[in-house]
Amino acid sequence: MSILRIIVAYLVFPGFLFTSVVGLFLTWIDRKVTARIHWRVGPPWYQPYADFLKLLLKETIVPEGASKVLFLLGPVLGVVAMTILAVMLFSMNFNPQVTFVGDLIVIIYLLALPPIGIIIGGSASKNPLASVGASREMTQYFAYELPFLIVITSIIIKAGGTIRIGEIISAQAAQGPFLYSFSGAIAGVVMLLTMQAKLGYVPFDAPEAEQEIMAGPFIEYSGVSLALFKLTRAMMLFVLPLFTISLLWGGFADWWAVLKFLVIVVLVILIKNTNPRLRIDQSLRFFWIGTGILSIIGLVLTFYGL
Amino acid sequence: MKRIVPIGPYHPLQEEPEFFKLIVEGEKVIDLEINIGYNHRGHEFIAQKLTWDQIPFLVERICGICSDSHPYACVMAIEDAAHIEVPLRAQYIRTIIGELERIHSHYLWLGLAGHFIGYNTVWMWVWRYREPLLDLFELIMGNRNHYAINKAGGARRDILPEDYPKIEKYLDLLEEKNTMFTKAVLDDPVIRARLEGVGILSREDAVAYAVLGPTARGSGYAIDVRKDEPYDAYDKISWDMIVCEEGDVLAKAKVRLLECFESIKIVRQCLKNMPDGPIENRVEEIPAGEGIGRHEAPRGEVFHYVRSDGSNYPIRHKIRAPSFMNIPSNEVAVRGYSIADAALVLAAVDPCYCCTERTVVYEDRKPKYSGADLLRLSWQKTETLRRRYKR
Repeated sequence: MSILRIIVAYLVFPGFLFTSVVGLFLTWIDRKVTARIHWRVGPPWYQPYADFLKLLLKETIVPEGASKVLFLLGPVLGVVAMTILAVMLFSMNFNPQVTFVGDLIVIIYLLALPPIGIIIGGSASKNPLASVGASREMTQYFAYELPFLIVITSIIIKAGGTIRIGEIISAQAAQGPFLYSFSGAIAGVVMLLTMQAKLGYVPFDAPEAEQEIMAGPFIEYSGVSLALFKLTRAMMLFVLPLFTISLLWGGFADWWAVLKFLVIVVLVILIKNTNPRLRIDQSLRFFWIGTGILSIIGLVLTFYGL
Repeated sequence: MKRIVPIGPYHPLQEEPEFFKLIVEGEKVIDLEINIGYNHRGHEFIAQKLTWDQIPFLVERICGICSDSHPYACVMAIEDAAHIEVPLRAQYIRTIIGELERIHSHYLWLGLAGHFIGYNTVWMWVWRYREPLLDLFELIMGNRNHYAINKAGGARRDILPEDYPKIEKYLDLLEEKNTMFTKAVLDDPVIRARLEGVGILSREDAVAYAVLGPTARGSGYAIDVRKDEPYDAYDKISWDMIVCEEGDVLAKAKVRLLECFESIKIVRQCLKNMPDGPIENRVEEIPAGEGIGRHEAPRGEVFHYVRSDGSNYPIRHKIRAPSFMNIPSNEVAVRGYSIADAALVLAAVDPCYCCTERTVVYEDRKPKYSGADLLRLSWQKTETLRRRYKR
């Protein structure tokens, strides 16, 4: 692979540009479906792009006394991580041979970067509400990471102990998607819930609850830095369902995958619109006790091959 | 470590200018300081410069949501001062509008409460069914808000008999939807997890802070002007006072939702029993003396006092709105809960800041101005005005 192709892969397709465009389109679907549920009309399709461009043109203000480097590093981390993730997942789905041993581990670490970016940025912005939000984000990260890792473990066991995504996809091509088994369905439910939390959507949006702490960690952000946070969210809306499909629903084997993808996105939107926000201690309890036990049951079932 | 988390003066929680200083340790609220006074408009003072006929229009603009309650209490005070009887039909008309306004105000609160717990679907749905009510107001009185139905001595507009079926039709729709909302709010496990046992205001505290309306009735403190001192049509029809004992946010929501059913009941009976006759007794003269008007607004008792010296202006007009009594009770209700709950508890009393706004002499519980300071400020103002308009 020549250097040029790598650069194009990361910057244009399927990297930064493609993921951003698709991700922002998905946020439009989110906004439109939400609006229809609310009996509203909803924005036109170009609204997310217009919002993003508008934010790019605005001034970026660094609050006085804030650590400049950390404050501006926060938003960049998420975008970089999501770009790398998108490239990795895409190439693995269409060409399962290109993977390396342990890429699943790398992806789990990359998925941790956006919350870390939010925590760094929120703590660096020297605002009491931002630090409350950052501490909530931290709590929530530890909350959903436990069931998430248990589910990943059970998927690894299902795939025969491999930690290469390409092999997980080929295993599913051979024996059918994991989701259709009993433990796979449990894993799917847990994945959906952790996805909701990773996206920071209701009911797990306590870190940025606008009515309580005015968007929390993002309160001091403006202009390009805020746009990057929004973009990270949008890219996550593209990458996380893709990740779920790769691990549980057979990967992008055929065009049905697009439908599967949209089903996951719409499910996320529906959960978002039919629940009130949980308090941070409630969501911690939800993930560690409720979802945690559920995912352990799934793990045990996996051992028995169900 | 103590820190201050400010809610206000500008905050997405409540759209009006208010300032709650939450003093927190971690996420736990240990104390609350309430500051108002960002939007003082001097209504009582302006009222003294207007004629008796103009005052209901003025007080109507105190609050956009209670835009029937203030003029209602105000005309009752004027009628009390002038010793006039209100014709029966006007009494029924006023009662109908008062109760329809209660529904619209409770729906406004319910929608916002949904928004405050991040449940925007509830917000939009509730407001969707509030919308036809505003249309109904426009149909009856020509305005979606600021209805101007109250007039000393009667009602300004009649409800036409051909409009009765339209009102009935809306009430049917509303009853169905209110059942739906009551079920949706009270049976949803996640909503219960957020609201139940949060922001408990005990009956003792409710009495000590003299809270009013649904806030009091949610704490088991059964007060309602409509029952305690019935006026207009409220003693001529049958309805129940809703009281809940728990005192938490859920109880307040429950009281409001169930009160909407009572309001529907009242309006239906009023329409059925509506007598014929004139809608107004002309007020010729307001004799020297004083009058008191009390009306159960959606948020609690609104109190108006007027004093007349026989001229066509009041020499004193005193207004006390229910939110003024309800907001200080947050101080005890919010203590010990987390910031996330505090946002809910502060909103649970259905605060209305335009009713509450006063000249503020206390800030953070410390005196800001003494009497001498206020006098000096007043003199300064007079001096500036004098210089500006020097002849």
